[in-house]
Amino acid sequence: MSVSFDYFEHEADIGIVGMGDTLEEAFVGGALALFSVMVDIEGVESRLRAEVSCAAFNIEELFIEWLNTLLAEADLRDMVFSKFEIDVLGETRLHGYAFGEVLDPKRHSLRSEVKAATYSMLSVEYVDDLFVAKCVVDV
Amino acid sequence: MRLDLLEKIKDNVWEIPKSGDMLVAGRVFGSEKLVREMDDKVFEQVTNVASLPGIQRFSLAMPDAHWGYGFPIGGVAAFDPDEGGVVSVGGVGFDVNCGVRTIKTDLTVDDVRPVLRKLVDTFFEVVPAGLGSRGEITLTGNKIYDVLQEGAPWAVGQGYGLEEDLTFIEEGGVVTGADPIDVSETAIKRERRQVGTLGSGNHYLEVQYVDEIYDPAIAQKFGLFLGQIVISLHCGSRALGHQVGTDYLKTLAGASRKYGIPIKERELVCAPINSPEGERYFSAVNCAINYAFANRQVISHLVRVGLEKIFPDAEMKMLYDIGHNTCKIEEHIVDGQKKKLYVHRKGATRAFGAKRRELRGAYQGVGQPVLIGGTMGTASYILAGTEENDGAFASVCHGAGRVMSRTKAKKLWNGEKLIKDLENLGIIIRAHSVHGVAEEAPGSYKPVEEVVDVINNTKLATKVVRVRPLGCLKG
Repeated sequence: MSVSFDYFEHEADIGIVGMGDTLEEAFVGGALALFSVMVDIEGVESRLRAEVSCAAFNIEELFIEWLNTLLAEADLRDMVFSKFEIDVLGETRLHGYAFGEVLDPKRHSLRSEVKAATYSMLSVEYVDDLFVAKCVVDV
Repeated sequence: MRLDLLEKIKDNVWEIPKSGDMLVAGRVFGSEKLVREMDDKVFEQVTNVASLPGIQRFSLAMPDAHWGYGFPIGGVAAFDPDEGGVVSVGGVGFDVNCGVRTIKTDLTVDDVRPVLRKLVDTFFEVVPAGLGSRGEITLTGNKIYDVLQEGAPWAVGQGYGLEEDLTFIEEGGVVTGADPIDVSETAIKRERRQVGTLGSGNHYLEVQYVDEIYDPAIAQKFGLFLGQIVISLHCGSRALGHQVGTDYLKTLAGASRKYGIPIKERELVCAPINSPEGERYFSAVNCAINYAFANRQVISHLVRVGLEKIFPDAEMKMLYDIGHNTCKIEEHIVDGQKKKLYVHRKGATRAFGAKRRELRGAYQGVGQPVLIGGTMGTASYILAGTEENDGAFASVCHGAGRVMSRTKAKKLWNGEKLIKDLENLGIIIRAHSVHGVAEEAPGSYKPVEEVVDVINNTKLATKVVRVRPLGCLKG
């Protein structure tokens, strides 16, 4: 299995799940789930690249930092992302790239804005030979 | 929520008895039906909040309460800084000072119905909404700092609205203790082009009409009459507030470890009010509160522009503007003693009664207007604060409250069909995202009248009028 993502129920907001054979893939899955809440990522091409670098206290908080850094980077550049790469991932540091294009409401199928990734239901685990990263995002 | 775990105090008031690490008991407002149907997570979250240092009297859940992050949505808690009280991101949320503003007009439902579609289309054109939307104002250089410190008066100073509008905003549309140095560069940069935008999710701009009056005397004092057109908008501090929440989630996570504060749910990370981290967070929240007031003030101006395109002679006056994701310093009496407390309201509305000296102008001696947004297919309510029920820190619900997740709502409803169904009921919806409409389906919320009746019957506030939607603009 490679990168995949899913959602779980939360009464007010949306629970996102990223999964993969590696921790990097699980984090990438989480990012795909996050941006799929906002836009149909199938229709977003990888025209531009943004470099992402972040640090946090532990691996769980790093997952949230990764997602929130992506949200801020996308907002600052008026972009939406649809592809992600992580080349450095430690317990407290991450370096990677996000690819996408400038948001165009005429061409992109828009969904809901995400305000933030939260610590609610946050976990990063290795379950049944799979890395799984989860949290609730506030919409 | 399991009723057998609760103690019924009286009709519509339930107690979660103090146990374990709880420093105070929990109080849940709701009819038997509403409380039974609340998610078990509300019980857990009210209990968790009750264990935070310095909490006063009760950890509260309003009748619209549902599962949130850290605090329940519809959660209220007050903290005393002199007893180690804390400030928490979970108690304010990521959309700081998200709130409702209602604008009165001198138009009636008969004036508007024939041109309703045109009016809603006009608002859709003039009020930016939806993912990635940008406003007409670009805040270059240090201008953003003025917004963060001056709030709605800044917007009026720029020509967005009238001086008299400010009388009808909580705190005159500006709070003190807002130092932009406590707001990150990222938050500032994200915000430069978002003032005057609505956002998405549950945010809306609604054309409504007064369809029922419960208290004619107060309705008259509020300037409301049967058949009157009012315009309500629901939005907050946009990316600035989101980034403040995001930045301080990390800071307060560190502070919780540093000060050894036991955290039951990670999202409840907090810092003592009297600590550098707590002071900085509170200052950043105040900046975001001011930003949200300015945002709603600019949107009101756009509403005025839109309305005048169709009704050049229409009169618009503010009814009120109140936040429901806030932390504010307020005076409350606890065990006979007057205290200055930090009151967190996460999805809860302040409802000051007639005697509060904070109220201005026409609302002194009446109680503040309390704006409760329902759904785009049902109704919203305007109440007056009474504060006759102590122990709730002058707080009431903020809306109907969700009963199901957005994921589930999207499975049950189709956005386009819903728009057609509502049109058949005479309600025009314009939305930037049909997915968003399905998520906000009226059926995904509790019946707003049941929620509001609890508020009325427990004397937290008194019902004044009901308004029905005619048109709704969604992000």
